[in-house]
Amino acid sequence: MDEMKEIIKNYVIREYVEDDTDVTYDTPLISGGIVDSFSMVSLKRFLENKYQIAIPDDKATPEAFDSVNKICLLVNEYVK
Amino acid sequence: MAYTEKTRGIYKEILGGLQQAGIFKQERFIHSAQAADIEVEFPTGSSLKKVINICANNYLGLSSHPEVVQAAHAGLNSHGYGMSSVRFICGTQDIHKKLESMVTEFLGTEDTILFPSCMDANGGVFEAVLTKDDVMISDRLVHASIIDGIRLCSAMHDTFKHSDMEHLEEKLQLHNDKRLKMVITDGVFSMDGDTAKLDKMAELCEKYDALLFCDDSHASGFIGKTGRGTHEKCGVMGKMDIITTTFGKGLGGASGGCVSGRRELVEMCRQKARPYLFSNTIAPPVVAGVIKVLEILSASTDRRDKLENNTIFWRKGLTDAGFILKDGDTPIVPVMLFNAKLSQDISRDLYEEGVYAIGFFFPVVPQGQARIRTQISAGHEVHHLEKALDAFRKVGKKYEILGKTKQEIIERYGM
Repeated sequence: MDEMKEIIKNYVIREYVEDDTDVTYDTPLISGGIVDSFSMVSLKRFLENKYQIAIPDDKATPEAFDSVNKICLLVNEYVK
Repeated sequence: MAYTEKTRGIYKEILGGLQQAGIFKQERFIHSAQAADIEVEFPTGSSLKKVINICANNYLGLSSHPEVVQAAHAGLNSHGYGMSSVRFICGTQDIHKKLESMVTEFLGTEDTILFPSCMDANGGVFEAVLTKDDVMISDRLVHASIIDGIRLCSAMHDTFKHSDMEHLEEKLQLHNDKRLKMVITDGVFSMDGDTAKLDKMAELCEKYDALLFCDDSHASGFIGKTGRGTHEKCGVMGKMDIITTTFGKGLGGASGGCVSGRRELVEMCRQKARPYLFSNTIAPPVVAGVIKVLEILSASTDRRDKLENNTIFWRKGLTDAGFILKDGDTPIVPVMLFNAKLSQDISRDLYEEGVYAIGFFFPVVPQGQARIRTQISAGHEVHHLEKALDAFRKVGKKYEILGKTKQEIIERYGM
């Protein structure tokens, strides 16, 4: 779980952060304006490719993607 | 008639919020034709003031060009005022087809379809040519009209960091399983004045079998050696799959826009693009005016050459004076001030000095990147630019920002 959190956090930083904003496992990503709703697509695709899962569109909500911790909970629902 | 006091109050509160936040847009009334010298009533009710306009998209100075005005008059006389129809019912005249053909030749594409505006072109094109099996990959700084068009389309959407070709390639790899991939960018970015790396993008699109889309509204008519646009500048004429552009800026400044590109994609727009199907054809006098504009620009590069020289002169003048500019070589020259209030104060003082230039700040530009966006025109003569430079120097001196670094300006005025 910790390894997954670190992988996702690093992806978020590399993909979306263009200044020195600090991202922790609880940092609000969508509601905090770090990830916009358009960019959630690449995050979802990254998770699906990385963990070989399929996240249904109705589960990939802004709420479910709003922090690294929440994303990990979501991913773990689908990882076999 | 259910517009109650409660309902009115809701909207008053929203509008009041905009005013409080300092983002309420106040229009200034121009009492003359669009040109380098204009007469402005501002604030409303005040006497007219003659000022030099350095914030118009009138890049080629054709908005009030006598030959264009005359051609519009002739079009009005021969083809009437309006068509009272969309194109596919009874709204297509010979001059509409003539203009489409001229734009195709000018841009070096296969075919062209006119839209009431480029906003409409961008609003309709993606939905017309892409489906849910496809993906759109756009630069993060594309124009708002492209974002709206993307929202109306069922295809998946992803973004890449501004002008970051490595990031774009990662995204093309990530989405390589999609039926169609379309890479989407502006040619010249309107707020920063920088140019898309269309040559690199075309290479990547070839490598990953993706379509390449460019909105060239701030480039058509003057970017590239013969003014064909960003694709000419980058050496990729003939490699563009879709170019959208406007007739509301360099190409005459009236209104109207188009989608130009691959024959089948243009035909898809003719069959399916909703802003094309459900709004009126471009008015005949405007069509006649744009035809004249393209004739002028095809006959000589004098106007775009003059614009290029004016831009070099302007950039050098501001740089020598000690202002911080965004890098670039287009007629969009942003003077960086970083602080929102400072940008408003300087805009106001410039107006007092007889120069009309607008300050932009968040959310129009990113936080801490407030600026005065200046836009140069072939309609400017050297004396306009010299007078405007004098005003900039005077105001810059007043605020003690000349020769100062970004850090020094921020330390004094804040972000």
